[in-house]
Amino acid sequence: MDAYLLVDFGSTFTKLTLVDTENEKIIATEKSYTTVGSDITLGYKMALEKLNQKTNNYNIVKRLACSSAAGGLKIIAIGLVPELTAEAAKRAALGAGARVIKTYSFNLNQDEINEIEQLNADMILLAGGTDGGDTKCIIHNAHLISKSNLKIPIVVAGNKCCVDEIKNLFNEKLEYYITENVMPKLNQINVEPVREKIRNIFIEKIIKAKGMENVEKFISGILMPTPAAVLKAAEILSIGTEDEQGIGDLAVIDIGGATTDVHSILDGFPSQPGVVLNGLEEPYSKRTVEADLGMRYSALSLYEASNKKIIKKYLKNYNCSVEDEFIKRNNNTSYVSEDKLDIDFDEAMAKICVDLSMNRHVGKIQTVYTPMGQVFSQEGKDLMTLPYIIGTGGVIVNSENPKSILEASLFSMDDPTLLKPKNPSYLLDKNYILSAMGLIAMINENMAVRMLKKYIVKI
Amino acid sequence: MDKKTIVLGVIGSDCHAVGNKILDHVLTEAGFNVVNIGVLSPQEHFINAAIETNADVIMVSSLYGHGEIDCRGLREKCEEAGLRDILLYVGGNIVVGKQNWSDVYKRFIQMGFDRVYPPSTSTDTAINDLKEDLYKQSYNLAI
Ligand code: B12
Repeated sequence: MDAYLLVDFGSTFTKLTLVDTENEKIIATEKSYTTVGSDITLGYKMALEKLNQKTNNYNIVKRLACSSAAGGLKIIAIGLVPELTAEAAKRAALGAGARVIKTYSFNLNQDEINEIEQLNADMILLAGGTDGGDTKCIIHNAHLISKSNLKIPIVVAGNKCCVDEIKNLFNEKLEYYITENVMPKLNQINVEPVREKIRNIFIEKIIKAKGMENVEKFISGILMPTPAAVLKAAEILSIGTEDEQGIGDLAVIDIGGATTDVHSILDGFPSQPGVVLNGLEEPYSKRTVEADLGMRYSALSLYEASNKKIIKKYLKNYNCSVEDEFIKRNNNTSYVSEDKLDIDFDEAMAKICVDLSMNRHVGKIQTVYTPMGQVFSQEGKDLMTLPYIIGTGGVIVNSENPKSILEASLFSMDDPTLLKPKNPSYLLDKNYILSAMGLIAMINENMAVRMLKKYIVKI
Repeated sequence: MDKKTIVLGVIGSDCHAVGNKILDHVLTEAGFNVVNIGVLSPQEHFINAAIETNADVIMVSSLYGHGEIDCRGLREKCEEAGLRDILLYVGGNIVVGKQNWSDVYKRFIQMGFDRVYPPSTSTDTAINDLKEDLYKQSYNLAI
C-alpha cells in the first residue's frame, strides 16, 4: 500500500508516523533516541528498523520531516519599543516555531552586541519603526550588526523606509533577507511574511548548519521546526479548507520536558459587551513558549515559578518534601515515573504547567472605575468562550485522566482579570500525531483535516 | 513621507469615543498621518506610539473631567523617552465643571503643553495651530 512517512527529529526522540494514504489511516508509529551528536540518520534508521518489525507491507511515496533537534531554531529578536516592535518580532518568531533566546529593544550598545555574538543563535530578526515611522534605531542597530563578527542570517522586518540604507550597510558582508514590516502600522501586527521567510531560511540554511544535511538522502526535506508543524496542524484543524470544515476556535497545550507551549487559533476579541481592546494586536494563530515550565529539564524553574498557593492547590495531599521531588526530576531528566505516587506527582506538576502557561498566554482585563461605574479595558486575547482545548505531550497523552490535567487551564476567581476558558470541551492527541499532521498539511490539506478530526479524540 | 504624524488618543480612564473618531477623520482629511490609539489610553501608550512612528505631535483628549491628573508628568516622560521636540496638544473638557479658563490654561502650559483648548473649540482652530507650529518647528523658530 502507498504510505507517507512523517519524521519528527525531536530533542530526545526521533519519532516516525506511517500513514496509509488511501485509507487515511495511521499504520504504525515508532521512536528511537535522536543521534544528533554523531550522525542524525542513525537514530532515524534505528526507528525505521523497529517500525519494519511491525509492518513492511508498504511503499513510501513521500517522506517529510520536521525538527527540533540540536537546540531547535534559536532566534534573537530586536525591535524598538519593548511593548511594540520588539514584542511583535518576538511573537512572529515564536509563530515560526523558533525559540526566542533573547529580545532586545531601543538602540543596542556594544556590550549587547558582544552578548549577541556569544549567544550562539541561528538567526536574528531585526525590526523597528512603523512604515514611515522611526528610522534612527533600526539603522543604528543595523550599523552595529554590520560591524560585528556575526555570521548568522539576519531577517530584516522593520520600517520600509530604511530598507535601502540597511541593504547598503549589510551588502556583501552579511547574509540578510528583507521582508515586510512586522508592525507596519502602530499596534497592527503582520506575522505571516516573517514566518514564511524564517521557514525558508530554516530549510535552506539552518538544517545544513546543524550538520543534518545528510538526512536529505533519505528524506524529501525537513520542512519546518517541530513547533511550527504543531501550529500548522492546529490552524488547519481549526480553520479547515474549502472542502473540509474545521472545528472552529481552539487551543493546544503541549507539555514537554523543558517547555510548555500554548497555541491558540482564534481572534480573541472581547466576549462581553462594553470592553475596549487596547495595545498591540494579537496574531490570529498565537504561540507562546514557557521555557521555565517543564516536566524535567525545567522542573526546578517550574518549582521556582510556583507560589505556595498553587503548590497547595495541586499538591495538597502530598506528604514528602515537594521541593525534593522537583529536584529529583530536574537532576535526572530521563526519570520515568512508575509507581502511583510518582505518577501523581508528575500529573500535579503538569497541572501547574497548564495553569501558569495559560495565565501567561491569555489576555488580561482591567477594570477602570469611573464616577459612572466600571469600564473595562482588555489587552491580549479573550479565551473565555473558547470551545476546544487539545492536550498533547507525554504527560498528558499517557495519563489515565488527561482531562483533569487540562482542567487546570480554566478561568478561576483566584484571578478574575485573566481571560481564561470557562467551559471548553477537551480533546486529546492520543496518538501523538499533531506534528505529523502539520507536515501532511503542507502537501494535502484536506487529508490533514480529515485525519485530525478522526484521530484527535474527545475526552 | 512628508506627511506630519500625530498620535491621537483619549487619556486615562476616559471612554468618550465620539470626539476621538471625529478628530481622527478631520485631521486625516486635513492631510495629517493620524495614529489613533483610541480611548482608555495611559500616558505610556502615547509615548510608545510616538517613538515607533516618529511622531511630530501628541494630541491628547480628555472629556470626563480628570484631565489634569491624567496629563501630569507627560512632558517629563516624553523628555525621558527622547521625544525632545514633540508638540503636546490637549483639549476636550479637560477639567471638572466650570473653572476660570485662564487659570486652567496656565496650569496646563506649566505642565509643558504647547496648546491647551477650552471646550467646544472648533477643529479648524486646532488645524491652523498645527500648521503654524509645525511650520515654525521645521524652520527652528521659537514657538
Ligand atoms: C455621550 C456621553 C457619554 C457617554 C460616552 C459614550 C462613548 N463611549 O463615547 C457615556 C454615557 C459612556 C458617558 C460617560 C461619562 N460621562 Co459623559 N458625556 C457624554 C456627552 C453627552 C456627549 C459626548 C460626546 O460624544 N460629544 C460629541 C463629541 C463630538 O464631542 P466631544 O467629545 O466634546 O469632542 C469634541 C471636542 O471636545 C473637541 N476635542 C476633544 N478632544 C480634543 C483635543 C484637542 C487637542 C482639540 C483641539 C479638540 C478636542 O473635538 C471633538 C470633536 O469635535 C457629554 C456632554 C456633551 N454634550 O459634550 C458628556 C460629558 C463629556 N460626560 C461627562 C461625565 C462627567 C461623564 C461620566 C464621568 C459620568 C457621567 N456623568 O455620565 C462618565 C465617564 C465615563 C468614562 N470613564 O469616560 C461630563 C464631563 C464633565 C466635565 N469634564 O467636567 C460631560 C461634559 C457631561 C456634563 N456636562 O456633565 N458620557
